[in-house]
Amino acid sequence: MSNQKEIKNLKSFSTAAERFEGAHVLCPGCAHSIIVREILNATNDNLVVSAATGCLEVCTAIYPHTSWDCSWIHIGFENSSTAVAGAESMYNALRNKGRLPEGYKAPKFVAFGGDGATYDIGFQWLSGCFERGHNMMYVCLDNEVYANTGGQRSSSTPIGASATTSPAGSTSYGEKKNKKDMLSIMAAHGAPYVAQVAPNKWKDMVKKIQTGFETEGPVFINAMSACTTEWKFPIHKTVEASDLAVDSLVFPLYEIINGKELNITYRPKNVVPVRDYLAFQPRFKHLFTPQYEYIIDEWQKRVDAQWDYLQRREEARV
Amino acid sequence: MNKKIMDIDSVEVWDGNMAAAQALRQADVDVVAAYPITPSTPTVENYAGFHANGYVDGEFVMVESEHAAMSACVGAAAAGGRVATATSSQGFALMIEVLYQASGMRLPITLVQVNRALAAPLNVNGDHSDMYLGRDSGWINTCAFSPQEAYDLTLCSFKIGEHLDVRLPVIVNQDGFMTSHTAQNVITLDDETADKFVGPYKQVNAMLDFSKPVTHGVQTEENWHFEHKAKQHAALMASTKVIDEVFAEFEKVSGRKYNRLETYKMEDAEVAIVALGTTYESAQLAADKMRAQGIKAGVVAPRVLRPFPLEELAATLQNVKAIACMDRSAPGGTVGALYNEVCGALFNTPARPVVSNIIYGLGGRDMTIATLCEIYAELDKDAKSGKRNGALQRFVGVRGPELSFYNK
Ligand SMILES: Cc1ncc(C[n+]2csc(CCOP(=O)(O)OP(=O)(O)O)c2C)c(N)n1
Ligand code: SF4
Repeated sequence: MSNQKEIKNLKSFSTAAERFEGAHVLCPGCAHSIIVREILNATNDNLVVSAATGCLEVCTAIYPHTSWDCSWIHIGFENSSTAVAGAESMYNALRNKGRLPEGYKAPKFVAFGGDGATYDIGFQWLSGCFERGHNMMYVCLDNEVYANTGGQRSSSTPIGASATTSPAGSTSYGEKKNKKDMLSIMAAHGAPYVAQVAPNKWKDMVKKIQTGFETEGPVFINAMSACTTEWKFPIHKTVEASDLAVDSLVFPLYEIINGKELNITYRPKNVVPVRDYLAFQPRFKHLFTPQYEYIIDEWQKRVDAQWDYLQRREEARV
Repeated sequence: MNKKIMDIDSVEVWDGNMAAAQALRQADVDVVAAYPITPSTPTVENYAGFHANGYVDGEFVMVESEHAAMSACVGAAAAGGRVATATSSQGFALMIEVLYQASGMRLPITLVQVNRALAAPLNVNGDHSDMYLGRDSGWINTCAFSPQEAYDLTLCSFKIGEHLDVRLPVIVNQDGFMTSHTAQNVITLDDETADKFVGPYKQVNAMLDFSKPVTHGVQTEENWHFEHKAKQHAALMASTKVIDEVFAEFEKVSGRKYNRLETYKMEDAEVAIVALGTTYESAQLAADKMRAQGIKAGVVAPRVLRPFPLEELAATLQNVKAIACMDRSAPGGTVGALYNEVCGALFNTPARPVVSNIIYGLGGRDMTIATLCEIYAELDKDAKSGKRNGALQRFVGVRGPELSFYNK
């Protein structure tokens, strides 16, 4: 069945894009566009795509223009998962009734949402779709903030980040809660395939997307999406920000199959300290004061413990 | 088609929920996505039964909320096929956000709405609060007053909404419990006739048609939004023609005639009650009683609430001297919704009848023939004196001190 693209090298891959066109108004350096392009590029199959309200949606479908050379829909902030589930149900209905034209090729169903749409407001819809087992891929563009509305905290915003609704101030180090562990939650739905990806590790990402497309049932992809505007790094340094995230193990790359079997897919040769990752982004700059430095130390401990846990789980195959 | 033919008689004893479910079955709906809520639950339960027994061959998706039900309906309709759901009250309220999105994207979907009060206080019984809540969401809004009409109008809804000049979603309202749970004789169409009447679904901008990729649900600013909304309204207004045509076609196959504005003994009426839902039938019985006493009483009921039959209403009421607009919904700090609409229709006519607003039947409280006769008797007084004798707005059938407002 596979109609995936053969990925030989970055050049052949990057020149093949034709279903997510350049005509969008995402900020220069926005990782959303890199991720979406890599995903759509991973297959030649027909696509039905939805996008939740958020940067991706408002920047790519502004009437009378569209960046999408595939079937595409936006309904609301919370329900991009269910929009695609509805379309998938219609596909099944028409197939079962014999109403699809001869030679009709089955499409892939993909829903995009930001971390706000995924971790917060759309969580119920996402959970419902995964429980019902729709044959779809859900991709979270995880920039750890409500970017489209100007940088409010979400439940993906990490501890210590300064966001507009959890700002750092003379009596606050910013966000007080640790980032929600979305991958574990989605794996616990019994989803056949969930994975974390980052656009800088494009080969790893494409492999996972292709695995996802070949999987029957709901697939969850959490994609680290560096946001130049809210993370406040220079627009030409998106890939560097992503490299720091995965090399510091703040954003480890792994997959979980059938809710159990965990595979780490990228092991940095030289693990960089968490402080290097934090120092790169002005949203954390207040942590580098004597008052709040303990947050950085705690953070390093947590990342070490999480890495240890992932390795043990991988070894144990449970 | 892989589905079994259901053996039904030419007359069946169905309640409104079964009548609606049977219409969905006969209309060969491709996707039903739903979430249960009293009193509309049996519509989807009956449909689930048809699905479990092979009488329908589409997809039946039990989602996790009404908001998701309408979201899935929108996705399914945009994919390109016939879609329906059912709900009531809080469920409808939860759907509201997506109702605007469905109509804004011009997606034909049928929503069977079994009317019920909105909380608080929590109440599962019928009134029209939910119907009024959704009336400006850009959907065609029709009202069935009996199980027979629930069946007939649900069949018509697909043909109206999917018409190429319309492409809009359609709500079919019916009264909670009074219609939804009262079993009555329903004259049926056989499956083949119903199927032929509704006709095959015509795909427009279908997401599953990959020969022509389409973007649904775009972003607009002030540069385009107004034009989109204007076109949407124009289509909604133009649907009156299609509704009339579909009703005429339906009369041909069934012998039953529907009008966008239903009237009873209005030819020479001097006093009139304007009502929705099952009260239409009760008011007819009351009008007959009053006519036996020499009072020229008539009844008017908008069958189609959106687009509102404004001109027809003005014409029907132009010689009437006193009118009671009956609102089965808490007015929320103003006159009732129906009162507003009727006055809007009358304002530009030479006639200036006396119009009063009756608030009644909230949370399922009965409206009796006797009370309707009392209302007619008051209208008769108003008609004779040429002015309103009581307050403009009165609550009837409520315990405690008399509640009346405006110009007491
Ligand atoms: C029901 C609802 N509540 C709030 C909003 C306002 N809103 C639109 S986009 C957005 C934030 C999007 O953040 P996220 O999902 O993280 O995506 P990003 O823009 O960061 O890519 C919010 C709060 C909305 N559109 N709908
Ligand atoms: S604000 Fe951030 S996520 Fe939004 S378009 Fe700009 S860089 Fe991308």
